[in-house]
Amino acid sequence: MTEKENKKFRINFGPQHPAAHGVLRLILDLDGEVVERVEPHIGLLHRGTEKLIESKTYLQALPYFDRLDYVAPMNQEHAFAIATEQLLNISVPIRAQHIRVLFSEIGRILNHMINVPAQAMDVGALTPTLWGWEEREKLMTFYERACGSRLHAAYFRTGGVHQDIDESLINDIYEFCDPFLKVVDDLESLLTENRIFKQRNVDIGVVTKKDVLDWGLTGVMARGSGYNWDLRKTQPYESYDEYDFKIPVGKNGDNYDRYLIRVEECRQSVLIMKQSIEKLKPGPIITEDRKVAPPKRAEMKVSMEALIHHFKLYTEGYDVGPGEVYASIEAPKGEFGVYLIADGTNKPYRCKIRAPGFAHLQALDYLTRGHLLPDLSAVLGSLDLVFGEVDR
Amino acid sequence: MEYILSILFIFLQSFLVIFAVLMMAYLGIYGERKLWAAVQLRRGPNIVGPFGLLQPVADFLKLLLKEPIIPDKANKVIFIMAPLVTCFVALSAWAVVPFAENWVVADINVGILYIFAISSLGVYGIILGGWASNSKYPFMGAMRSAAQMVSYEVSIGFVIITVLLCVGSLNLTDIVLAQKKIWFFIPLFPMFIIFFVSALAETNRPPFDLPEAEAELVAGYQVEYSSSFFLLYFLGELAATFLMCAMITILFLGGWLPPLDIYPLNAIPGVVWFMLKVAFIFFMFGMVKALVPRYRYDQLMRLGWKVFLPISLFWVVLTASVLFIFDLAP
Repeated sequence: MTEKENKKFRINFGPQHPAAHGVLRLILDLDGEVVERVEPHIGLLHRGTEKLIESKTYLQALPYFDRLDYVAPMNQEHAFAIATEQLLNISVPIRAQHIRVLFSEIGRILNHMINVPAQAMDVGALTPTLWGWEEREKLMTFYERACGSRLHAAYFRTGGVHQDIDESLINDIYEFCDPFLKVVDDLESLLTENRIFKQRNVDIGVVTKKDVLDWGLTGVMARGSGYNWDLRKTQPYESYDEYDFKIPVGKNGDNYDRYLIRVEECRQSVLIMKQSIEKLKPGPIITEDRKVAPPKRAEMKVSMEALIHHFKLYTEGYDVGPGEVYASIEAPKGEFGVYLIADGTNKPYRCKIRAPGFAHLQALDYLTRGHLLPDLSAVLGSLDLVFGEVDR
Repeated sequence: MEYILSILFIFLQSFLVIFAVLMMAYLGIYGERKLWAAVQLRRGPNIVGPFGLLQPVADFLKLLLKEPIIPDKANKVIFIMAPLVTCFVALSAWAVVPFAENWVVADINVGILYIFAISSLGVYGIILGGWASNSKYPFMGAMRSAAQMVSYEVSIGFVIITVLLCVGSLNLTDIVLAQKKIWFFIPLFPMFIIFFVSALAETNRPPFDLPEAEAELVAGYQVEYSSSFFLLYFLGELAATFLMCAMITILFLGGWLPPLDIYPLNAIPGVVWFMLKVAFIFFMFGMVKALVPRYRYDQLMRLGWKVFLPISLFWVVLTASVLFIFDLAP
């Protein structure tokens, strides 16, 4: 060991550190307060999701996706649902498509309402967090009313959504929209032009266009650096091509640009939610293919065939494949992808999950080298990490 | 006999002052938590006692009854001494603070110097605690604290000099009485702002709470402290915060003087005005915490040395020149 290495101040950041966003553990080498090396230690929340899915039927595999990025559960389910639908080659009814869009955007707001204030908290502002959680709470109630659960929704099923949402819920979601924009304005009044907030975020954690490609950054991380890359526009899935919305794109690729983009995305999401509510027309909410989606209860009382379908679906599930598919969606954090290999049985042969946070975390060392320790927490906040999906 | 009586009298006075300060801390904690709760759309303490008024008592008892944990590798004597230093220093500075005319334990000639000296010692509590913990986060907190407090004391010193130029005395009672015509925050407004901000830095309040920055250093120098030692730090910090509020009140807001010297206002006892003003400044401190993010270490130093120091230095010269040219010096 050389003299220089001896002098390094090695410090353990997390997993109980308040700014570690869950269970991140970093080994930091510091020179005074200057960060010289960051070594993320992940896996504290590893549950072997991908392996578990191999021994579960497709229906049983679905709820695992809620447990990945648990701040926006339905967006993850969406990728899995699309993947299985592509393998089975079935289409989703119109109403179900719009419901999916509606709840995907609710998920986006759920995510940004936790990330934007968390980024503010990482630079020391306490109040935005509570304001953000207040709105999240309302949205969680919508989740609960749609599927009976606040977090582990299991709502986006192969071929549609699990159950229909009623008129009163749709009205309540619509009434949520405009007051929420006011809250976003309030949040911005605390942060956007705040001198200290700007001093802490402008030109911190700069990601260049080249870095985006080198590190595999997606979502807000890529858009912050000037890439107009949003899967909802570039390769529209579901019915996103029918919607009118804008993709905010940054310029400097720093924390502050990413913050601004997230705030603007909240506004755009509200726009999409309103449109989708207008597009919601009565109709089926899940495919009529009884080999994939269960029949109605009432039907089962009168039809022997329906009863058999139900029994088969809930005992051995449905067979998929053979074939392989990669389906990805624009999750709030970036590109969330599912790579499925089906071998014709009722269980996936392999399920690889591409979580955006995992790619973002690997860039942490590169982004914070030579910065100060407080910048590390600011960058951590703006990377938007949730360890459910990083550790899987 | 008379000698013993006078000593007893001083003891009684000191006890009263300490009691008053502790009561202020008590109400301060409660008020601050209610204030933050209101800003953050919460309820704040509302379970223990009427309107949650007994919550600080519950917290106090909880901390008192907890097992004190002293890290194995800590320097035990200094580790225990450090919070005592903080608390002792913060409380002893109150000896010269006039709550109203002649309501002061020690009406000494160099009152302001005494406060300045004593509150500077407060940093020792933090440095000793951070160092004696023999742990990395507290160590970094202590290092930050040392640099921060030294930087802002310089500008605080210049602000005090400006006020002294206008008063011509170091006695705190004289400083208040000199404001009978006009409170100093009007003619010396920029210095009032600088003093307010420097007071935040001096007492480690947000946005300058770097020594205990939660998002970076977990709890800074307090990481290893628990139970009553933590409580002592906590109390000491609150007492120091209130001391700064009292200093602002005395230096700029006319101490116990009523806003206007007319009948219903000047009938109210001075101590009430004093407390109201202290409470107002404390309220401002609380609002700052609720609304602002935290500075980074280098930005804090830049603000102290490159912004506040030149401005306050300039104002010292300006004030002195004006007083000299127009022959206003007392």
